[in-house]
Amino acid sequence: MYEFLTGPMFYISIAVFVIGLLFQAIRYIKGLDWKLDRVAYRAHPRAGFKGALRSIALWLIPFGTRSWREQPFMTVVFFIFHIGAIAVPLFLMAHNLILAEKFGLSFFTLSPALADTLTWGVVIAALLLLLRRISLPEVRSLSTVHDYFILALATAPFATGLIARYASADAYPAWLIAHIIAGELMLILAPFTKLSHIVLFFMSRAQIGMDFGIKRGGLKGKGMAW
Amino acid sequence: MPEGTLCNKAPVDTEEQLKALLADKGGKTYYHEMKQLDIDRQKLWDTICKTMKSRTKTWLNICARCGMCADSCFLYRINDRDPKQVPAYKVHSTLGEIIRKKGRVDNAFMHMAMETAWARCTCCNRCAMYCPHGIDSGIMISYLRGLLYQQGFVPWEMKIGAGMHRVYRAQMDVTPEDFVDTFEWMIEEYEEDYIGLNVPVDKAEADIMYTVNAREVKHYPEDLAEAAILFNIAGENWTIPSSGWELTSLAMFAGDWEACRLQVESVYEAMDRLRPKRMIGTECGHAHRATVVEGPYWAGRKDGLPPVDSIHYVEWVAEALRTGKLLIDPKKRIKQPVTIQDSCNYIRNHGLKEVTREIISYMVEPGYFIDMTPNREHNYCCGGGGGFNGIGLFRPQRNKALITKRDQILDSGAEMVIAPCHNCWDAIRDLEEEYKIGIKWSFLKPLLIDMVIVPEHMKPKE
Repeated sequence: MYEFLTGPMFYISIAVFVIGLLFQAIRYIKGLDWKLDRVAYRAHPRAGFKGALRSIALWLIPFGTRSWREQPFMTVVFFIFHIGAIAVPLFLMAHNLILAEKFGLSFFTLSPALADTLTWGVVIAALLLLLRRISLPEVRSLSTVHDYFILALATAPFATGLIARYASADAYPAWLIAHIIAGELMLILAPFTKLSHIVLFFMSRAQIGMDFGIKRGGLKGKGMAW
Repeated sequence: MPEGTLCNKAPVDTEEQLKALLADKGGKTYYHEMKQLDIDRQKLWDTICKTMKSRTKTWLNICARCGMCADSCFLYRINDRDPKQVPAYKVHSTLGEIIRKKGRVDNAFMHMAMETAWARCTCCNRCAMYCPHGIDSGIMISYLRGLLYQQGFVPWEMKIGAGMHRVYRAQMDVTPEDFVDTFEWMIEEYEEDYIGLNVPVDKAEADIMYTVNAREVKHYPEDLAEAAILFNIAGENWTIPSSGWELTSLAMFAGDWEACRLQVESVYEAMDRLRPKRMIGTECGHAHRATVVEGPYWAGRKDGLPPVDSIHYVEWVAEALRTGKLLIDPKKRIKQPVTIQDSCNYIRNHGLKEVTREIISYMVEPGYFIDMTPNREHNYCCGGGGGFNGIGLFRPQRNKALITKRDQILDSGAEMVIAPCHNCWDAIRDLEEEYKIGIKWSFLKPLLIDMVIVPEHMKPKE
């Protein structure tokens, strides 16, 4: 089981994740239509690039936009969740050992204490996101099964990883297996679910940035105060 | 009865059809027939397959349903935070549902979608600024309007408005002769007060080609005179085109994309014919959006720009004040608390937030200008945008929507609102009528006329 999950399944899930998301990004770009979208994407490359860059960058900064500033609870929870969700899988020491073994490459590694903190952050933030989704009428009425599923899918690798981390020696192997399955499931399903926003966030933000940057005012004045 | 005599899927293309629709007061028969109107489900689905590309698909697919757009929507806020007024909800329960059902929706659904598209969204695009994914629900509602228009589920006034553009290339039954005659009549009215006042018609290669809103011709002809007076005082080399003078597009509000193209091409033809250096449009927001911002795309212009440099009236005013073409008598500057209405269509959607403040710096005595909160690109819709002002069926919803702007104005403490946009101007007039808060409202032109220094050669000899 362990050999299979860390052997063939590991490669398969990484491949599906990378190729699937790449495919999503390409399909997005190919599906842009200057006339139907009413954005002259190619005619104003400088304004388009600047608009896209600002539109992405400002939203990646906590409290960098008015929307983030107006909803501080959501902003704090959102960034704790996302920072941990990106940093821990890539920079956990154990993950880097696997990467070094499989691909011969590795990133810098997080100290164990920081990794613990970030992982706890992801799990607690996920619970708060769930509570927010259930308790706010305007969010609850919008939510579908898919939205709850996505939250569970994205959080499962962290919750199981954390349990494995604190598990007794007896329980550890089973939780490790659960953790690997949850992680690989997340990787495999990402391109086919709303988790595709891992790349489509950048596409969509770049598009609206180009829209405002080229057509809706970017060629005039100071540009959009996001 | 699938197709009504008045309410049907066919666009209005003749004067007779227009008259028949107009004779149906308030659209009584029209809306009655709509209750029986069938849906061409195949055509609806085919249209979606052909016109919904990756941008909109992605918006619908990756929307995290986080509700961060809720508070950005003034209609959500003013309607007691009704979850049904959340922008994402409005899109997913209408356009999203049509797509999930592959077009297999019924008459009752289309009625709900029509109310959502025209009475629960003014396409102000504010929500686009508050969504982490950059999802613009306003654009999707506008797209939905196009689908509803195709199926005949469009408010009576919008059907007429789009028809007017198809028949007259104007939002009202104003012909090129009416336009030129009215303009010239207005010049006659004022030429004794301003010596040498004139309006050059169809002058080739002028510096400015001026375009207007048909309402000015029909209901507010003084506006034409004021434009002429200011251009004359500024010493501009300007002209009006005898055809292609209509800047507005009710077709855009209606979702009649074909009429949008016909309308804007009439203006571009005037540009090609007269080859002016620039086109300047009157104080209207949606008109600027239609002809300058969206129009190039309807006309298939790959650079996304009109044939000649085209600017909004506020840009010209700012420039004229900056360069001294228009000089303001400092004694006559506004000395009462005053605010400005930021029109969504050229502030949020065309970046003109700075020039309007620049104008204020010349026109208002320091210390008297107060911005509304929020303002600039974050400002709220006047409450009557996107066609909302003109739809009788949704008047109660519109009146409620005005409360947002009423309270913004009251909170500012301003006694006067400068509104360089026809739609905003109307909404503010209506909110004063409805709620009587004791404010004044004005376009820029009449205020400028009262405070500019008239050059000696234009002053009447005693």
